[in-house]
Amino acid sequence: MNGARVEFRGLRRTFGATVALDGLDLTVEPGTLIALLGPSGCGKTTALRCVAGFEHPDAGAVLLDGKDITRVPANRRDAGMVFQSYSLFPNLNVYDNVAFGLRVRKVPAAKRRARAAELLELVGLPAHGERYPHQLSGGQQQRVALARALALEPRVLLLDEPLSALDAKVRVALREEIRRLQLSLGITTIFVTHDQEEALSVADQVAVLRSGRLEQVGAPAEVYDRPATPFVAEFVGTMNRLPGRLDGQEVEVAGQRLPVHGETPGTPEVDVLVRPETVLVTAAYDGEAVVLTSSFRGASVRLLLRTDDGTELLADLPAHDAARLAPGQRAGFRLVQRPVLVGPRTTVSPPATATAAAD
Amino acid sequence: MAPLTPAVPAAAVPAAAPPAGRQGRARRVRVWRGVVLAAAALYFLTPLITSFVFTVNDPVRGFTLDAYLEIFSAEGFVQSLLLSLGLAAATIVVVLLLTLPAMLAVRLSAPRLRPVLEVICTLPLVVPPITFVAGISTVLRWGPDHLAATPFYQTIIAVQNPAFPAVLVIAYVVLALPFVYRSLDAGLGAIDVRTLVEAARNCGASWPHVLLRVIIPNLRAGLASASFLTLALVLGEYTVARLLGYQPFPVWIVTISGSNAAMSVAVSIFSLLFAWLLLLVLSTAGTRKRSGS
Ligand SMILES: Nc1ncnc2c1ncn2[C@@H]1O[C@H](COP(=O)(O)OP(=O)(O)O)[C@@H](O)[C@H]1O
Ligand SMILES: [Mg+2]
Repeated sequence: MNGARVEFRGLRRTFGATVALDGLDLTVEPGTLIALLGPSGCGKTTALRCVAGFEHPDAGAVLLDGKDITRVPANRRDAGMVFQSYSLFPNLNVYDNVAFGLRVRKVPAAKRRARAAELLELVGLPAHGERYPHQLSGGQQQRVALARALALEPRVLLLDEPLSALDAKVRVALREEIRRLQLSLGITTIFVTHDQEEALSVADQVAVLRSGRLEQVGAPAEVYDRPATPFVAEFVGTMNRLPGRLDGQEVEVAGQRLPVHGETPGTPEVDVLVRPETVLVTAAYDGEAVVLTSSFRGASVRLLLRTDDGTELLADLPAHDAARLAPGQRAGFRLVQRPVLVGPRTTVSPPATATAAAD
Repeated sequence: MAPLTPAVPAAAVPAAAPPAGRQGRARRVRVWRGVVLAAAALYFLTPLITSFVFTVNDPVRGFTLDAYLEIFSAEGFVQSLLLSLGLAAATIVVVLLLTLPAMLAVRLSAPRLRPVLEVICTLPLVVPPITFVAGISTVLRWGPDHLAATPFYQTIIAVQNPAFPAVLVIAYVVLALPFVYRSLDAGLGAIDVRTLVEAARNCGASWPHVLLRVIIPNLRAGLASASFLTLALVLGEYTVARLLGYQPFPVWIVTISGSNAAMSVAVSIFSLLFAWLLLLVLSTAGTRKRSGS
């Protein structure tokens, strides 16, 4: 089974006044796993459905290995899909669900069964063939759906938030398994998710979408470390917004001068985007900030600080360093010396909103 | 209509009983369930039993089943019964073929038209049968003689063929629409139609395949109840058939009942039991597959 190259070319799709896709351009290299990441309603599902053939773009084209498939009906496309909601046929048992596509293609019964057994083995459910969907847990149902999507040996695998209905533990285990499967089959995979951690942990490439447009595409580390825009910076991971002042290619923020990376707005008054892990906190009686809250996260602790001029910011530090930084204590902080993104000054926005968007 | 009405609620009573909760409550629920069941049974069985006693109890000869035996030899019995069954079968097929694809199309590609379809399908409930018949007979009288050679005229003649009056099927399809719509709508609401259809399309299934292998098997209960209600409607419909001058089973019962009192009651009981049996067969056919899985 070999992966195909998938290209989105200027895809546009509107629903009445809503613009779901606004000129999406994206190329997925053969055999890679790309995560389409973005807030709810940014057009991820619509983009995926254009590849599957359930949605027809108003303009633009979808190409599979260079061939325009925009007008090919859904049942003749070479793409297997796993849906967000449970989608197994309730009247069929697991074997028959997996073999559904083979049956449509009139594959002989013995061969169908062998292939279904092989696929169930692959997704880790070798003994569940005789069960019915309602006798399976959510995670098992999505595994079967994955086996069904792979049954026809498609050259593209489409996953529309396949893990969003599952609980945290199963979600992590299953995403690792999907990645392992994808690597061993070498199938081009488009994985839609609104969970940045999920995207960063399994994908070769992460494509961040915003309002139907591509905001940035790159390897996970690149998107995280060198976000192209403030939107990406705040959506992928958590960001602090600190007031700063532009001065040439540098910005003055919290008493430090940091190099600026990326575009700068026209005004000198800007917001500087700083990751919580690049805020170095030390307990100090004469520090310029006070600890407001402290939340323990196992290996690390996240502190919410308020500086004397009223700015609030988040800081992550190793749990063993945080013992003396209980709420109410004073602390000093410093920013790691590395390039930062700046955005136009917004009204003082508490970091809490950034956290909510990222979690 | 009269002999059929009790069949549906009586069958539904046990299923409607609430599930038991904790110990003490469970007991109370059981007692009340018994009371409700007994009251309903009394209400439905008293007229049935008295009717039955009346038919088998001859003032002169005592117990006799003559009234029942007479039914089978009475003129027109087999003919009218077969006519009614044929009409019911044709109506079920036509009404399902009309509504199911329409409802699927609306659900999948034009959800905003759903209220429109709903209103159209419910409309027959508010049109009195008399008005309905008056309309039909007016239309049937349209064909003036100089049109005699045209296909239109011949169609009008053909649908009135007394051996199998297709015009009744047309009328019954309209009358059954509200019930069929409700049943199918509930059935479609219970499954995620869009996702199932898309999953099947994604597996390479053509539209007919999707309909036959995915929608219909998962809509079994809804289809059974739609057929069930249509059957009950056709076996009990009197007004339209009588006023258009045909003689399906319900009309035949009324015709025959004038001549012999015991027999007319016997016919009613017979038709009730017969309809019950048919409905039972239909409803088990609809549910067997699900509980078996
Ligand atoms: N069938 C539809 N009818 C109307 N609006 C739709 C339809 N599908 C999607 N939309 C709208 O298009 C936008 C993008 O939707 P979607 O692609 O599902 O977003 P995502 O998957 O990123 O959450 C949303 O605003 C949504 O409301
Ligand atoms: Mg979505």
